[in-house]
Amino acid sequence: MEFAELIKTPRVDGVVLHRPFMPTVEGTLCLTGHHLILSSRQDNTEELWLLHANIDSIEKRFVGSLGTIIVKCKDLRVIQLDIPGMEECLNIASSIEALSTLDSVSLMYPFFYRPLFEVIEDGWQLFVPEEAFKDLESMTDEWRLSEVNKDFSVCPSYPSLLTVPKDIDDESLCKAASFRHGGRFPVLSYYHKKNGMVMMRAAQPLTGTNGRRCKEDEKLINATLCAGKRGYIIDTRTIAVAQQAKARGGGFEQEANYPQWRRIHKAIERSNVLQEGLIKLVEACNDQSHSMDRWLSKLEASNWQSNVKEILTTACLAAQCIDREGASVLVHGTEGTDSTLQVTSLAQIILDPACRTIRGFEALIEREWLQAGHPFQQRCAQSAYSNGKPRSEAPVFLLFLDCVWQILRQFPCSFQFNENFLIMLFEHAYASQFGTFLGNSVAERLKLLLSQKTVSLWSWVNRPQELERFLNPLYEPNNLVIWPSVAPQSLLLWEGVFLRWNRSTKCLDEAYQEMVHIIEYNKELQNKVNSLRRQLAQLETEDGPLQTP
Amino acid sequence: MEHIITPKVEYVKLLNRYPEKKSTLGTLYLTATHLIYVEQTNSTRKETWVLHHHIMSVEKLPLTASGCPLLIRCKTFQLLHLLFQREKDCQDVYQSLLRLFQPEEELYAFLYNPHQNEEDRRQGWEYINVANDFSRMGLSNDFWEISHLNKNYEICSTYPSILGLPKNVSVATVTGSAKFRSRGRLPALSYFHKDTKAAICRCSQPLSGLTSRCVEDEQMLQAISEANPNCPFIYVVDTRPKLNAMANRAAGKGYENEDNYSNIRFQFQGIENIHVMRSSLQKLLEVCSMKSPSMSDYLTGLENSGWLRHIKSVMDAGMFLAKAVCEERASVLVHCSDGWDRTAQVCSLACILLDPYYRTIKGLMVLIEKEWISFGHKFSHRCGHLDPDSKEVSPVFTQFLECVWQLSEQFPCVFEFNERYLIEIHNQVYACQYGNFIGNCQKERLHEKTFSLWPHLLKNQHLYRNPLYRRSLECKVLRPSTLPLHFKFWCGMYNHYDRGMHPKQSVLDQLLSLTQKQVEGERTMTELQRVSGVVGLDFCQGGESESSTFLFKCRSDQI
Repeated sequence: MEFAELIKTPRVDGVVLHRPFMPTVEGTLCLTGHHLILSSRQDNTEELWLLHANIDSIEKRFVGSLGTIIVKCKDLRVIQLDIPGMEECLNIASSIEALSTLDSVSLMYPFFYRPLFEVIEDGWQLFVPEEAFKDLESMTDEWRLSEVNKDFSVCPSYPSLLTVPKDIDDESLCKAASFRHGGRFPVLSYYHKKNGMVMMRAAQPLTGTNGRRCKEDEKLINATLCAGKRGYIIDTRTIAVAQQAKARGGGFEQEANYPQWRRIHKAIERSNVLQEGLIKLVEACNDQSHSMDRWLSKLEASNWQSNVKEILTTACLAAQCIDREGASVLVHGTEGTDSTLQVTSLAQIILDPACRTIRGFEALIEREWLQAGHPFQQRCAQSAYSNGKPRSEAPVFLLFLDCVWQILRQFPCSFQFNENFLIMLFEHAYASQFGTFLGNSVAERLKLLLSQKTVSLWSWVNRPQELERFLNPLYEPNNLVIWPSVAPQSLLLWEGVFLRWNRSTKCLDEAYQEMVHIIEYNKELQNKVNSLRRQLAQLETEDGPLQTP
Repeated sequence: MEHIITPKVEYVKLLNRYPEKKSTLGTLYLTATHLIYVEQTNSTRKETWVLHHHIMSVEKLPLTASGCPLLIRCKTFQLLHLLFQREKDCQDVYQSLLRLFQPEEELYAFLYNPHQNEEDRRQGWEYINVANDFSRMGLSNDFWEISHLNKNYEICSTYPSILGLPKNVSVATVTGSAKFRSRGRLPALSYFHKDTKAAICRCSQPLSGLTSRCVEDEQMLQAISEANPNCPFIYVVDTRPKLNAMANRAAGKGYENEDNYSNIRFQFQGIENIHVMRSSLQKLLEVCSMKSPSMSDYLTGLENSGWLRHIKSVMDAGMFLAKAVCEERASVLVHCSDGWDRTAQVCSLACILLDPYYRTIKGLMVLIEKEWISFGHKFSHRCGHLDPDSKEVSPVFTQFLECVWQLSEQFPCVFEFNERYLIEIHNQVYACQYGNFIGNCQKERLHEKTFSLWPHLLKNQHLYRNPLYRRSLECKVLRPSTLPLHFKFWCGMYNHYDRGMHPKQSVLDQLLSLTQKQVEGERTMTELQRVSGVVGLDFCQGGESESSTFLFKCRSDQI
């Protein structure tokens, strides 16, 4: 097996593991093809199993012959391993480095992982576009499912089935695709049942400097408007950035060619800027020597919270256009695979109660992220501790989850899932035993045969045993549109992710347990009261009226 | 009342801070005690009541095309932006308010009558008794005793009439030490920690200047040290920044010279003075009232205000005390300048860190009575009861409440009360509705004509309960993280009236209503069990009943 040659030293004894807020563990360190394992071989002590894929970067230090490796993980955890013997330490370090940066996707752990549970409901078959379209069909007949992209030649990053206006034929779609960046022509993202308004998404139009236009593109999006109604185009870039894009062949919809549409520009950062922000934020969170002023100024400089605010504001705007103004919306940025998806998916969480259930949220991630062609593999290749110059890494999905957490915090009773569910998704997007987040598009996933060769995250998560810890005990379904506040005071740092390893969670866990306890106890009590009432009532009908004092 | 020029103005607009939200039209009323704004829409009659005592400032803004604006800022951090159609109305309301919110003699407390009889009123004042807290700590004992030397406030006019002092310390030592301390505020017991026998004592700065010393004061500290059998030294904590303390030396005050006292370990803490805190709060409030700020404006503003830095400095000092007492088993003597601001903050915070009792609803009342009211925190001056503009005003007590809130964020299960309790206390401190916070020290306080706040809070305690509170929790001493990133902006306090900023669904309300349902459910259950017992219904089937009774037991002690 090819991993063996990468593992120079498979095992070292007498290794000491340091983790914040946990007792140190001494034991044997083992390297396997996919895991770093530390086992103390004693009962009652926890073993450490770390996926190599979770390792973002490592640092080595030596004091005499005692080596120390600092392992920095993509889930933002930092652990320290003290390894006796310089040679062993160097070997371990270089092995970890090699194993955590494997080039080939098919060498990743999901291809080797065999589940210890029986897959009852195959997650790969759970969210197929046909099913989503059936729902849509029950509400409107204005749309059709097109197979124009069935061999991924029209748009490599789109799925094979796309929902488009009924009156637009495949030929027009091809022409519209040639007018949009990466072939990402406008497709349906969301249908608002309440008033029949829709949200579409696309990539930027390729107007270039000479103001190219495309009749089919215009016809395509106009087909979604009711007679005499105007729609909104939300461009996630500032007008300046959109102008600059013209020089590279991109651009934005000209008023003259789209008279029924009003264009609004917002200022969501490009993905490479976001990556820098994440690195700065995590650096600030991990430096415990900061004074208050320095911490606040570093938090500000990371721009992370600003990004959260801007993305949420834009999503609220899209939702507002649809729900309040009764207008249809088209959302795009440059490629239509990052900020566009943040906005369309968050707007759906605001508007559609179904997205706030576990299944609905999974479906949303499938629809608006995985099938919509967010390049997970590229974006999540490295996390906050990457040393090199970022290529296409960016915490786009993490920012989306952060925004969801913000809404969840403001509407703690409106979501079926809790914070742990979001944190779990963050972890699995960056390193996982499941194949769900591998690849950059549906086409790539098909080529990798993921659905045959790997297990889907949903197959595991949706098992009742696992689901339990992701359920929000406060959940009470409601059919309302939920408008989050985007005032800076209302948006907090997501401690569950960014301070997760820098604090003791004992007291917070206790509080959560206590909350669950109160709710469960109440349910039980009400049940008991009801059943006793029933028994008494029964007795009463059998024995005639009781003599109640 | 002769102050009210116009008791009612119609068609007044209440402007909303958020441009996207519409302003409302309504009627403004002025009464002897309140400003009332009644919103007039077709269906609702929403009322906003503002106590005159809560008003911090009234400002007439320049005339605009739409009318005459009046900006009312409150000590509770409420902000009212009114728009009058006629300038005359605006002027009349302005003039009236100026006189109403800066009372010359009559505070609301002397008018307020919550329909209680004289007996209830008197009993209300007896509900919290500081002497009882000394007994709870185990005083008098082999080391400490309760002294009545100050019963006529002759030794120290701003101290309580009863003091905790080291056993067998002579009258000469006490009076001598008092003379060597600023305003006679001699070292006295704040808290005695039963488990370690270590004590927290408080005083004001010594009148040491550059060279002076005082044998009695040295004896006093010696006595405090000897009262702790577990540690050979005491910490002397000066909560001020070193520079401030040094400047005081030139004025004949200052800090203890380690050479003159045996076995003391001297320590500065670096909490800024009342003026720095006042201006810091002002900057913070500017940030809070910005119109649609960007995230960057907000974070930069938060940083520049220095507010969280100051909160952290108070918390750090409180932690130092708690650690010294529980880990090193060392006694601590704390002072600042006069020993009634920073000293009160730090001592009371240490008490909360050390003793679960002070984390209960009643315990916090006792703590406030003890460390703040009886030890002469100048509530009247600090809260600007009579003169909100005074340089004596400072949010010292607010900072203490915030520290408690910060702790409750880190330890959600250890406080019996919730955030609303802290905010209600804060509002009441400024409201002057009850007599507790009127005056600057125990000697000045007149209980005869006013009511006490505590029975009122107790009556409504169901509103203030923390449903997650677990009395049984093994959390005797709190060890909070004081890393900067664990301090949060307290939106519930400083943006309390901006409801739009708060979570739209409240976990607290949800849990409170569940606890209420639980009480009712259990009552119904008992009743049903009784009835079924009468009719001989065997409703308990085997193991299920056992588990249910067990469940009842372990729950009901927490309600």
